[in-house]
Amino acid sequence: MSELPKARIATASLAGCFGCHMAILDIDERLIDLMKLVDVDRSPLTDKKRFTQRCDIGIIEGGCCNEENVHVLHDFRRNCDVLIALGQCAIMGGLPAMRNAIMHSDAPLRECLDEAYITGKYIRNTTHHVPNDPALPLLLDEVYPCSQVVEIDYQIPGCAPSGDIIFDTLAKLLTGKFRGFERDMIKFD
Amino acid sequence: MENGHKTGNGVAAPACEVAKVPEEEIAAICARYGCDKHRMLDILREVQDRYRCIAPSTMDRIAAGTGLTRIEVEGVASFYSFLSLVPKGRVTIRLCDDIVDRYSGLDAVTAVFEEVLGIRTGETSADGAFSLETTPCIGMCDQAPAAMVNDVVLTRLTPETARSAAEALKAGQSPEQLVSERFASLTPHERALHMVGNNIRHAGEVLLGPVPEDAGLSNAVSMTPAQIITTVEESGLRGCGGAGYTTGRKWRFAASERAEKHFVICNADEGEPGTFKDRVLLTERPHLLVEGMTIAARAVGAREGILYLRGEYVYLRELLEQVLEERRRRGLLGEAILGVKGFDFDIRLQLGAGAYICGEEGALISSCEGLPGEPKTRPPFPVNRGYLGYPTVVNNVETFCHAARILDRGAKWFHAMGTEGSHGTKLFSICGDCLNPGIYELPYGHTVRELLEMVGAEDAAAVQVGGPSGTMIARDSFHRKLTFDDLATGGAIIVFNGARNILEIVEYYMSFFVHESCGYCTPCRVGNVFLQKAISKFRKGLANPEDIDYLKELSGTIIETSRCGLGMTSPNPILSTLKNFPLVYSAVSKPSKDGIRDTFDIQSAIDGARKIAKRRSYIFDKDFTQ
Amino acid sequence: MSGTKKETGFTFTIDGIEITATAGQTIMEAADEAGVYIPRLCDHEGLRHQGSCRVCTVKAGGRSVAACTQPAAPGQAVENETQHLTKMRRDLVEMLFHEGNHLCPICEASGNCELQAMAYRLDMTEATKFPYLEPCRALDASHPDIALDTNRCISCGRCIRASQDVDGKGIFGYVGRGIHRRVAVNGENLADTTAEVTDHAISAEVCPVGCIIRKRVGFAVPIGEREFDKGLIGHEIEEKRK
Repeated sequence: MSELPKARIATASLAGCFGCHMAILDIDERLIDLMKLVDVDRSPLTDKKRFTQRCDIGIIEGGCCNEENVHVLHDFRRNCDVLIALGQCAIMGGLPAMRNAIMHSDAPLRECLDEAYITGKYIRNTTHHVPNDPALPLLLDEVYPCSQVVEIDYQIPGCAPSGDIIFDTLAKLLTGKFRGFERDMIKFD
Repeated sequence: MENGHKTGNGVAAPACEVAKVPEEEIAAICARYGCDKHRMLDILREVQDRYRCIAPSTMDRIAAGTGLTRIEVEGVASFYSFLSLVPKGRVTIRLCDDIVDRYSGLDAVTAVFEEVLGIRTGETSADGAFSLETTPCIGMCDQAPAAMVNDVVLTRLTPETARSAAEALKAGQSPEQLVSERFASLTPHERALHMVGNNIRHAGEVLLGPVPEDAGLSNAVSMTPAQIITTVEESGLRGCGGAGYTTGRKWRFAASERAEKHFVICNADEGEPGTFKDRVLLTERPHLLVEGMTIAARAVGAREGILYLRGEYVYLRELLEQVLEERRRRGLLGEAILGVKGFDFDIRLQLGAGAYICGEEGALISSCEGLPGEPKTRPPFPVNRGYLGYPTVVNNVETFCHAARILDRGAKWFHAMGTEGSHGTKLFSICGDCLNPGIYELPYGHTVRELLEMVGAEDAAAVQVGGPSGTMIARDSFHRKLTFDDLATGGAIIVFNGARNILEIVEYYMSFFVHESCGYCTPCRVGNVFLQKAISKFRKGLANPEDIDYLKELSGTIIETSRCGLGMTSPNPILSTLKNFPLVYSAVSKPSKDGIRDTFDIQSAIDGARKIAKRRSYIFDKDFTQ
Repeated sequence: MSGTKKETGFTFTIDGIEITATAGQTIMEAADEAGVYIPRLCDHEGLRHQGSCRVCTVKAGGRSVAACTQPAAPGQAVENETQHLTKMRRDLVEMLFHEGNHLCPICEASGNCELQAMAYRLDMTEATKFPYLEPCRALDASHPDIALDTNRCISCGRCIRASQDVDGKGIFGYVGRGIHRRVAVNGENLADTTAEVTDHAISAEVCPVGCIIRKRVGFAVPIGEREFDKGLIGHEIEEKRK
């Protein structure tokens, strides 16, 4: 393993809860082995905001709920050879995507924002306005799974995925041995 | 047609607001049908006609009257398009929304109805006077655009005739008055012809030429059932509804099944878009049809028969009732037919209520039994265990008519016509972009090109043979022959000229299948919605080349795993156009660049937020400062 | 199911394994007895066969048929776990996932859900090509002990048959047509019916997903001890052969 040149990986959290990034830490002491194989480029784990060079693997947590998510995802697709959707939100929208289905009106986005900031039962918002700072990215009409926005090479299921499946998959991908998941590792929750 | 999945499953439909229907009236309707749960469709149709709505409280009473649960009644009431759980107008106008009607000016006609009635399509006027709806093919493609106004049919609509009809209705005229001021004094046959033209363009030797009265039946009574079946077998007659099963063999199976009762059912649920041949037979050869059914009854030992008439052909009901009545009077139906002791047979008319799937044998039987029109599990096959569990022969209108003629003229006469494997004549209903749309009775074996010359469609660019569940062919296939072994068809031939948009046609056909899938099995219920959505991506220019493989793969799964013929053929519009018009798809698909999907439309995705925030995007609007 | 005596038995094969069957048995019934698992969702032990989910599609004599309703035939070679059939089945399971709202992370059926377990068994792990239909049906929480979230219903109809045939109640039924077809209750809502939490139709084993919910018992079993944490769906049948 150690003879191989180190691979570069990058990670990002889009519309997710950061739980999948926490799950990466669940790899525990094997992180030391993993770090022998990889250098981490752009990632919240390194606090690097930009790609310093092209990466071998990009890992995406979360789906796309706003324009910035799309922008970041595009950037990752352009700068990574292999793109992995990590966890249910990246794979199928996850909890944020519940808004796709629970809105009833003809203007679901309006309804969603009103419910979240003005009319919701437990809202205390003295401004009675939906926040609209120019720095806030625009929301998308729906929450999209990553695979609808860019081509995704692999998906690691779970909410969050176990440290085992993340380690196993990365280790196998990096050594060219990935042939699919062990069945007992596949969990959608 | 939108599949309307989201809204349809959204907030519960408002409860029926009409006044509660008196209990005793519902009880009386149930009693008229012997409080028989198997007559549920008749009961519900009558309730719908009378009260324009099947309200929850009404369902409770119907359930009580027939010994069912309310959910069982609701299951039937919510299945058929012509039944409604919410109130409909006293006059319901159903515009035929077939692709042929669309290409014949449906939009302009719709606009006039909407304007004059003051409601949009899909709405009911506030005073409860009118409902305006669309409905799939009503079998009038040779005289499109057409519409049903309650039980009346209007054809060859133009904005002008639509306006005068809508205004007359608004002024209080009845739908019947739209047809003729003298409607009441017309015979049923005259009424039918006032509404709908036959357009018989070519009469063949078997069905539409001169036909002697009951000559086949007279021969049949002097034959044994076995001899009748052998004759039909030797004629080479195959089912004319589309599937092409050997008629004699079907009769033989049913006859050899030992049972207390046997049934004969005529499938007059002609629903394949572009097909209207049975309509003409029902109008012009109803006696021949009943004669054929009577012969089949003798062959298989049936005492009861059902003529299942599609709901869209309700305007033919009284004509057919009159024919049945007349034949009973003349001793051609009922007990001891033609004086032969023990030869008893009678027929009841069963009206459908707007469900294409009921053209499928098992679904048709389910519908006759008062159930939702869902196909039955096979085996057992209908010939073994069909209607109410008894051996049942189900044949198409044209098939019965042919059988009657075969019994008159003999198997050899029929066998000599057509080609090997496809014997006799066939009715083709031809419509679309041609000079002479209508009915052509021709022996099997003509090429598509010959047919196109006959109908005046030399500039045809695409021909849909057999309706949406058949095949769409291009000019390079016009040499192919109309036979069971080459291009099989239940009769529909739809012609499109070079100005038509193939993808628009395909998208329409997929929306048709989505609308008409019964929903019983997963692949047909869900898969067809996915296909429809995929085609609409192509139409919007949002598809990439790999979506072509996706269409093929998904179609493959639907065809292979579906439970009945609907799902096994519903991907055909896509598969046959992918094969015969590949450029149509590749021309509008664009490959992804750098793995980024062009099919994801960021501009439309942020458009709503842009409007709400009243600002432009820093990232995706280049001119965001403006 | 079949009461026929063993003397009328015959054999056929599934993926080359010889199976003994009796006249009238379906392919699935014979396979179950022999310890060969054929994936299924709408079929359930003790209930009438329905043949609607199509997940049990097998190839028999070259034709694709539903193993739960197709009678076994002597000498027939049946294909079950081929790459081709697994792909078809995966498509079907994925269709069901996309037809409803199946958010495993928040669903109390997770770990005990047959739809989810079937996805595991069929390796449903690649990026989807199917759109999500995202239905928006009202929840029915009217009943004191039971709730219904039909957004998670896969239309298997097991509750319908269990209520009709086992409980003798007829609480559930299908309404609507096509993509709008769904399971509904015999009344305005569940409280308006005679449903009881002790009904077989309401029991955990009948609803394969998280549509029929027994109140106050959700998430009681910890992760790791739930039904399909212990093994792949179908392992109990397969263990008969070992």
